[in-house]
Amino acid sequence: MARAEIAARTLRTDRWWLPPLTTFVGLLLISIYAAFRTFQGDFYWVDQYHYLTPMYSPCLSEECLPAASHFGQPLPALPGFLTPPVVIIPFLLGFRITCYYYRKAYYRAAWASPPACAVAEPHSKYTGETRFPLIAQNLHRYFFYAASILLLINIYDAIVAFGTGVGLGNIILLVNVGLLAAYTLSCHSCRHIAGGRLKHFSKHPVRYWMWTQISKLNNRHMLLAWTSLIFVCLTDLYVALVASGTISDLRFIN
Amino acid sequence: MSYQGKFRVWRGDDSGGALEDFTVEVNEGEVVLDIIHRLQATQAPDLAVRWNCKAGKCGSCSAEINGRPRLMCMTRMSVFEESETITVTPMRTFPIIRDLVTDVSFNYTKAREVPSFAPPKDLAPGEYRMQQVDVERSQEFRKCIECFLCQNTCHVVRDHEENKEAFSGPRFLMRVAELEMHPLDTADRVDQAQDEHGLGYCNITKCCSEVCPEHIHITDNALIPMKERVADRKYDPVVWLGNKLFRRS
Repeated sequence: MARAEIAARTLRTDRWWLPPLTTFVGLLLISIYAAFRTFQGDFYWVDQYHYLTPMYSPCLSEECLPAASHFGQPLPALPGFLTPPVVIIPFLLGFRITCYYYRKAYYRAAWASPPACAVAEPHSKYTGETRFPLIAQNLHRYFFYAASILLLINIYDAIVAFGTGVGLGNIILLVNVGLLAAYTLSCHSCRHIAGGRLKHFSKHPVRYWMWTQISKLNNRHMLLAWTSLIFVCLTDLYVALVASGTISDLRFIN
Repeated sequence: MSYQGKFRVWRGDDSGGALEDFTVEVNEGEVVLDIIHRLQATQAPDLAVRWNCKAGKCGSCSAEINGRPRLMCMTRMSVFEESETITVTPMRTFPIIRDLVTDVSFNYTKAREVPSFAPPKDLAPGEYRMQQVDVERSQEFRKCIECFLCQNTCHVVRDHEENKEAFSGPRFLMRVAELEMHPLDTADRVDQAQDEHGLGYCNITKCCSEVCPEHIHITDNALIPMKERVADRKYDPVVWLGNKLFRRS
């Protein structure tokens, strides 16, 4: 027997194309900004107030400003056009790219697989995440571990910055690490490691409690993914503007 | 308040068919299934439609309304503009029998491929004891009414008929997850999920969760936890190394 003969790719009458288009434009703009700032190689440290942008943290190679290298400079100067963030960005990018929310976002928005529910995808063949390269999405948990270490470093940076007083930049850095922490903790791999992998919740009450708390955050994973991503860019922009002297930091206690 | 609503309903069978236009009376408080019944009673007595409870609990009246997979009995006419033409078509993923009725036997085949609950051999019926927190997790999946809207909307089989053999679909991967998370189940479901039910085909675009009339979090609570369990078993290099070093099976 054959399927019903319906030629239209979809009969949806709503604006189903709007969410994938918005996602695509949003991710594209953020990627352009992040690439520009990564390869700019400047304005990442405010010496007066010890603000370090999260995009350059930790700054580990020899071309880093000594004061911005909170963990020393164990790496030699990077060749050519490479800048300090290229050391850490693969881990941050890997965490976001393999994230279960972002997978949904870019499979729909960039690969149209499918562009929206009940809208036919344009590809003639589909194997999903069964083979290389997409089978590598299973490494998400390792990027989660790496991102957790980088988060702890960002928290350290935000605390260190309070050594010079309190300004708007301190508040921005603090909110930024709060959002990054919420996004990282709400990760599906984190939820699984905390307690999701158990068969008997009743035998592990502490892990069950952790799982229930992470599940609450996990319900807002998409919201946290976007807010943390946008806020990282805004934090970086603020630090860049202060570091370049374009604006001055609003100080509360100095 | 009544009005004359404009409808386009797919009519035909496996030899062909087309959308036909109808004008049908719509009354306040009605759902799409009421209109289909009125159409059947007044203008198209041979219109085939599968239905049963009219309460969103039997899962019989699954169809596509304005291109969106939905239960006809749970789609209120008040969500549409009076001037709007409402298109009602059968589920696209399954073979057509006639008009709005499809052959959903693909799902029964897949259901039979999931091995049933396997309690420990030394545990007799009546001796099962479970804590509420352990029961709650799989109870969410028991809300499934088997309307097969998730199976219908999943692009893995909707857009690729050739994947039907390898992929069981969200409903039955959820069934595997339900059994895998059951404290008393002893069967090995993780390898089965990946190798026999095609979990790797799922790219977690969440359409199954979007269309579920029972609002089950199929992707977040069943499919992703199963993917994580598969990653534990098959794709975690640290676990693999530990197994090699400590000779765990």
